[in-house]
Amino acid sequence: MNYSTSVGRENALPLYGTEEYGKRSVKAMYEALKKLELAPKIKLLKINAPEIARKAKAGQFVILRIDKKGERIPLTIVERDPREGTITLIFQEVGLSTMKLGALEIGDEIMNVAGPLGNPTEIKHYGLVAVVCGGTGTAVSYPIAKALKEASNQVVSIIGARTKELLILEDKMRNISDELYISTDDGSKGHKGFVSDVLKMLIEKGYRFDVVYAIGPTLMMKATANVTRPYSIKTIVSLNPIMVDGMGMCGACRVTVGGETKFACLDGPEFDGHLVDFDELIKRLRVYIPEEKQAVELHEKSGGIKRD
Amino acid sequence: MTKADKQRKRQSIPMPKQKPENRINNFNEVALGYTTEQALAEAKRCIQCPKPQCIQGCPVGLDIPAFIKEIREKNFDEAIRKVKEKNSLPAICGRVCPQETQCQKFCVMGKKGDPLSIGRLERFVADYDLQKGVTVQPRSKSSVDGKVAVVGSGPAGLTAAADLAKLGHKVVIFEALHAPGGVLMYGIPEFRLPKKIVQAEVDYIKKLGVDIKTDYMIGKLYTIDELFELGFDAVFIGTGAGLPRFMRIPGENLGGIYSANEFLIRVNLMKAYTFPEYDTPIKIGKRVAVIGGGNVAMDSARSALRLGAEEVWIVYRRSKKEMPARLEEIENAEEEGIKFKFLTTPVKFLGDKSGWITGMECIAMQLGEPDESGRRRPIPIEGSEFVIEVDAVVIAIGQTPNPVIQRTTKGLQTTRWGTIVVNEKTGKTSRKRVYAGGDVVSGAATVISAMGAGKKAARSIHRSLLRKKRMQQRKES
Repeated sequence: MNYSTSVGRENALPLYGTEEYGKRSVKAMYEALKKLELAPKIKLLKINAPEIARKAKAGQFVILRIDKKGERIPLTIVERDPREGTITLIFQEVGLSTMKLGALEIGDEIMNVAGPLGNPTEIKHYGLVAVVCGGTGTAVSYPIAKALKEASNQVVSIIGARTKELLILEDKMRNISDELYISTDDGSKGHKGFVSDVLKMLIEKGYRFDVVYAIGPTLMMKATANVTRPYSIKTIVSLNPIMVDGMGMCGACRVTVGGETKFACLDGPEFDGHLVDFDELIKRLRVYIPEEKQAVELHEKSGGIKRD
Repeated sequence: MTKADKQRKRQSIPMPKQKPENRINNFNEVALGYTTEQALAEAKRCIQCPKPQCIQGCPVGLDIPAFIKEIREKNFDEAIRKVKEKNSLPAICGRVCPQETQCQKFCVMGKKGDPLSIGRLERFVADYDLQKGVTVQPRSKSSVDGKVAVVGSGPAGLTAAADLAKLGHKVVIFEALHAPGGVLMYGIPEFRLPKKIVQAEVDYIKKLGVDIKTDYMIGKLYTIDELFELGFDAVFIGTGAGLPRFMRIPGENLGGIYSANEFLIRVNLMKAYTFPEYDTPIKIGKRVAVIGGGNVAMDSARSALRLGAEEVWIVYRRSKKEMPARLEEIENAEEEGIKFKFLTTPVKFLGDKSGWITGMECIAMQLGEPDESGRRRPIPIEGSEFVIEVDAVVIAIGQTPNPVIQRTTKGLQTTRWGTIVVNEKTGKTSRKRVYAGGDVVSGAATVISAMGAGKKAARSIHRSLLRKKRMQQRKES
């Protein structure tokens, strides 16, 4: 499993499902092969998706549609295994679609998975890199941190969550980081406070970061960008706006970056954190909250949330 | 023939439609289609010119008098066979082609009255065929037997695929979205083009032996070069014009401002009009403004009305005369109570604290000299600014091609508008064995012109594969 190297000749494999592909795989397309609960409401799904597994690079995402009535939602590809033909997704159950996804059992199929989408992270040797992440942002950060480590960067990771139980991928992150720091809002583990506070402390201690990756809730990314701004440290954020097609068609994911409108799906999802209009993004993310609630309530009343 | 008969012959049989007061409450098709009697009466109006003019107006060169003649003689099976010789998507073309500027424009009947309603008759036989259950001619045996990748399953891609399959090639269509049909599926609303019609036409293409792979975004999952590595002999790019244009004015990223693409994708493809039965929501409020004057603007405005908006405006910077929308669609919109604000353009969007749109500052325009498009250029009238209160805005001012394939294909020549450069006669791009057609070449245009381009490219792909095969055979012998 390696994001940073070219996939090369393995592209020349025949198309999935064709005669030529033969009996390489008897698994159904987009079948859930593994499921874990990493923390309350945070779940991991490993899915059969051989062609995406061959092509995905760190920083890219898929758009999936769980059933014929489902929304199209973007999720970052956390891990891929080209030999096994699988991709791994991690998500928090917040709305109807992620709840439906969380209700999948091993052997169930997701109706549609399109990807890899978005631009891969620019992986190169920067020197000293901070990977600052919060909540499920840690899942998005993991492949990036791993690829950065493989590109001989010194990686300092700071992972955070509201409370100890919600911390995810601690061991995995530790394995690929030179140093790992933890923070929780309530102080139940590690530093009490925000990941951006830890970053600030490290900078003040004399860590000279060449680049900072900040990935997580929008407010957290905003706070982190505000920490690095006075020091002029290049800060890259991975944005998570609402998307419909994820391919450049709808413009729902438009964000203002440096005064210009950009599409997170086509131009991102990574942008210069010092140029992003986070306040606008936060407002745009809140647009459908009442409808989300309505949909969840309706489904709960009518016999529980599950895939149609 | 009596005078009254003559008079009657000058008038076409009107299309039966759902009443405006009913149809604004549903997403069902507005135009109901001719009955057999109506179709026969309309077909009788055709004078079967010895030198028919109508054919030159058809981008796919349909033999119009021939299929009309079969209708007149009640040979509907033969009529649809004639149509399908040239047009693989007749139920769609019969509904959405701008016949008034194509075949019907050339109809001699139009000189002294209404032209023959060619589109309505095409729809009639196509629907007859669908109802009866489409029959497919067995695939012709071809000595060429090439493998062709078609990128995009809109009108251009479906037509190219159908023609190539009929010529005996193995065709795989790659569609990025989860459903095939392209703009026919995500763009044109149910009430103008029912999705079951699109599905039926797509099924017909599949019956011809075409393999359709959805969720494959070419340029991301596979590049064009990788398609050749996968064993395809030629590639046709028919990816359309899917990138929305915005106004680039202050406040444009407020909540409640949609590109027409987002609005129509939510409504058509994701069926947001059934929310919460389907999971995708759409939020429009009571007062909706649609910016633009094309068919997409009409579709958006009429969709907004059906979603429950109380007042819907179309805000267009030129006058009614310059509107690019089909006359029939403008009339439908007027009948349904859509209001038009001509010679007006927004300059700024206003929002509340939560970031939702509340209003739109507009400026009045006057028409100056004609611009490069031949239409009179709108000029703002200084000091004429005024505010319209709105709950939602749909921006329908045009689309440009999606840039992903252009960015990932080395040596593919493009214009500064992002369209792909092709040889007009053959559809050949600057890359060997790569062809393109439809909106990705022309910029946003019509379904039928995209189909014409798909047809043309299919012919030249076939010729090129034939040449290649012959050269191989020569080498072997």
